[in-house]
Amino acid sequence: MEPQQRSVSGSSQSPRSPSSQPFLSVSVTDPVKLGNGVQAYISYRVITKTNFPEYQGPEKIVIRRYSDFVWLRDRLFEKYKGIFIPPLPEKSAVEKFRFSAEFIEMRRQALDIFVNRIASHQELQQSEDLRTFLQADEEMMERLRSHETGIFKKKPADLMQIFKDVQSRVSDVVLGKEKPVEESNPEYEKLKNYVFELENHLAEAQKHAYRLVKRHRELGQSLSDFGKAAKLLGACEGNALGKAFSELGAKSETLSIKLQKEAHQLLMSFEEPLKDYVRAVQSIKATIAERANAFRQQCELAETIKLKEINLDKLMLTRSDKVGEAEIEYKELKAASEEATNRFETIVRLMNEEIVRFQEQKTVDMGIAFHEFAKGQARLANGIADAWRSLLPKLEVCSS
Amino acid sequence: MMGSENQGFEEAHLYASKEEMENLVLDEPLNDNKSHSNYRSALSSLADTHHPLSPPVAATPADSDPLLAPPSYSDFGNPSIHDNSYLDPPSYADVTFSPFDGDTGNDINGIESPSKSSDNSGSLSRSPSSSSEYIKITVSNPQKEQETSNSLVPGGNTYVTYLITTRTNIPEFGASEFSVRRRFRDIVTLSDRLAESYRGYFVPPRPDKNVVESQVMQKQEFVEQRRVALEKYLRRLADHPVIRKSDELKVFLQVQGKLPLPTSTDVASRMLDGAAKLPKQLFGESAVAPHEIVQPAKGGRDLLRLFKELRQSMANDWGGSKPPVVEEDKEFLERKEKMHELEQQLSNASQQAESLVKAQQDMGETMGELGLAFIKLTKFENEEAMFNSQRVRAADMKGLATAAVKASRFYRELNAQTVKHLDTFHEYLGLMLSVNGAFSDRSSALLTVQTLISELDSLHSRAEKLESASSKIFGGDKSRIHKLEELKETIRVTEDAKNVAIREYERIKGLMLDDDGI
Repeated sequence: MEPQQRSVSGSSQSPRSPSSQPFLSVSVTDPVKLGNGVQAYISYRVITKTNFPEYQGPEKIVIRRYSDFVWLRDRLFEKYKGIFIPPLPEKSAVEKFRFSAEFIEMRRQALDIFVNRIASHQELQQSEDLRTFLQADEEMMERLRSHETGIFKKKPADLMQIFKDVQSRVSDVVLGKEKPVEESNPEYEKLKNYVFELENHLAEAQKHAYRLVKRHRELGQSLSDFGKAAKLLGACEGNALGKAFSELGAKSETLSIKLQKEAHQLLMSFEEPLKDYVRAVQSIKATIAERANAFRQQCELAETIKLKEINLDKLMLTRSDKVGEAEIEYKELKAASEEATNRFETIVRLMNEEIVRFQEQKTVDMGIAFHEFAKGQARLANGIADAWRSLLPKLEVCSS
Repeated sequence: MMGSENQGFEEAHLYASKEEMENLVLDEPLNDNKSHSNYRSALSSLADTHHPLSPPVAATPADSDPLLAPPSYSDFGNPSIHDNSYLDPPSYADVTFSPFDGDTGNDINGIESPSKSSDNSGSLSRSPSSSSEYIKITVSNPQKEQETSNSLVPGGNTYVTYLITTRTNIPEFGASEFSVRRRFRDIVTLSDRLAESYRGYFVPPRPDKNVVESQVMQKQEFVEQRRVALEKYLRRLADHPVIRKSDELKVFLQVQGKLPLPTSTDVASRMLDGAAKLPKQLFGESAVAPHEIVQPAKGGRDLLRLFKELRQSMANDWGGSKPPVVEEDKEFLERKEKMHELEQQLSNASQQAESLVKAQQDMGETMGELGLAFIKLTKFENEEAMFNSQRVRAADMKGLATAAVKASRFYRELNAQTVKHLDTFHEYLGLMLSVNGAFSDRSSALLTVQTLISELDSLHSRAEKLESASSKIFGGDKSRIHKLEELKETIRVTEDAKNVAIREYERIKGLMLDDDGI
């Protein structure tokens, strides 16, 4: 049992005093490769510690795999429209086969962050699906997972399709085919533009961050090769010169190791957060699509109701015996319309709150990432300078 | 499932400890609770100045944590004997390599060949001899000139000349400063003449002709590259204690006007030469003129001699009997082996140095690009900001971006220095070429000796046969006697040639024994 430090509060409010407050803390650990060949997958241990009354006990451990996390994400996306559901790491069918230690670790970290974000979100943490995810035994989870996959699974492609539908409807409007179904809210427009452009900028930054990781690795490799070559050269020479070369070579190899370490650090603490930021923005886009949907539904229902009203009046005038039916239909429609309006307005309200939370969260996240980056680079530079500096006196001895 | 712990983690120490991972809940940064509330208070006070996320992190103990005050880098450098703040670009140049300082150009000619252990080896210091004499050569001022004589294309055929300025206090030159204009072809001539006259010495190799590059590269870049190479080459010649006093070099540096054209440079005329000689060689006047013996068999001109020497070398390799004169100097062979090994390692080190330089360059570039991407992001966030948190974030990004761009500049600087110093490997490789040249001079001289000796043997035995044949016929066979006469004449000439060849070989051998070919 990992000793669990007294907690990290379960919500995004200011830090509270530990024991009396409700908390929910989760960790995703212990990745294990199971299965063979194409069927291979990684399973994780998910440990929950909580004092929420709805939960079965103070602590629970379950085994989950990536598709379970996807199930959770999909359920939350369905139920909590308007909230930016935390993003998941990519499925990545190709890398999965290689299952490199680094890939596994990156995924584990991302999944851990995912669950914890849900657990710290005021609304999401109340979700029943979350409780199921954290507590259900493995067989039940498997049943749920395979059952839900067909119906609710929304691949990012699907979301984009929905969004494209909305956009195509807009162009239909321009061509005069339909009535406008886009909100005419200038602030919201601004937000949408912001989100789209932000994604582009972030993607570029992330691309360079990734390249920087690669550069560190390449430089490390170069230093190692160079060190070896210097050592061999030293072996050709004799005495002091030979010694000088082998010292140089040894230092070079030491630095190579430092660089490889830093490359890894950079990947985990700088590039990954940037990727995460990109994913988060994509999640927002999905919510934007949902809002557009809800808006359209609301409009369509409003339209339909108007038509029905006219129809009803007509029927009443002609004293048709269809009036009763029509009245019932009309009432149902009215109810549906109200519901649609409610849904839409909830989404709008939630989104407004979410945006504030998102911006604040991101500022903190990126602040940490930048800090780690700077620290790592400074440490590396210092290390390199120290190494070369310590070489100088040795070389001086050789040359005198 | 238990072994899985290791399976998932290649090197446990590379990853954050498990404990840290479990404690990672997003609203609390890894090491510090303070920063969170700092951040909050910063937000509420609407300040977007000094970034709140500057917790004292315990990670590097010796740090006076300069990260606490991001902009001021001056607390960084630990003062040490050798360096000043290595973050100041100008002083970086003085920082390292003082023990090895000294014009690398002068050191390459290796008064001490690098592998000789009896020297104060490892010293790249200047040669102790001739301390007061100097020759300083500069190559500058490339200019286009027109080929005046018969060119097929009217107005065509331009070439570049370089101004070669010499300053010297060596009396033989007769002046202390003078200049001439030379073109690349003249350098080739000079180099060929030197190779002839200084066979067996470590003659520095001349710059490549680079025919392909001259077509492909930008004219200016190519000319500049060539100018640098020429300067390096001439300086090396000037540093060579024997060559610097040579007539060829003197003429090259001083005599105004065009240099005499080299004798038949092109292959075609050489082949013609050779073809013309061949009948003569085949039909009796087979002796090679003694004075030409001193030179290695040149392709095309001395076809027959080449054939003979080739045959001899095959006999050396495959024949059962030992050749008459053999390379017996074990020390020489050992040294040759060592040189070969050294050359390989130098080549390898040189290659790795190149990759290292490239890797550093890439690093600097990518760092710069990262910085730029963040600057764009900063601008974007500032323009579109609807929340204060965005402005805070934008300020963070700006800090990062600026630092990244600065770092990128430093990498560029670092690389410039690295190139300068690691270039020494390349220079030494060039030296290896001249060493190889000297070695092959010796081998070819030896081969010539061996060939001549075998030839003499066969001539003698032919003469014997002729004599015994004609002695049986009373009064002599006129034609046979005539042949005998000719043969004896040939033998005499060949004998002379052999002596010359042996002398040449011994001379070269002597050069090697004594200061390694200087």
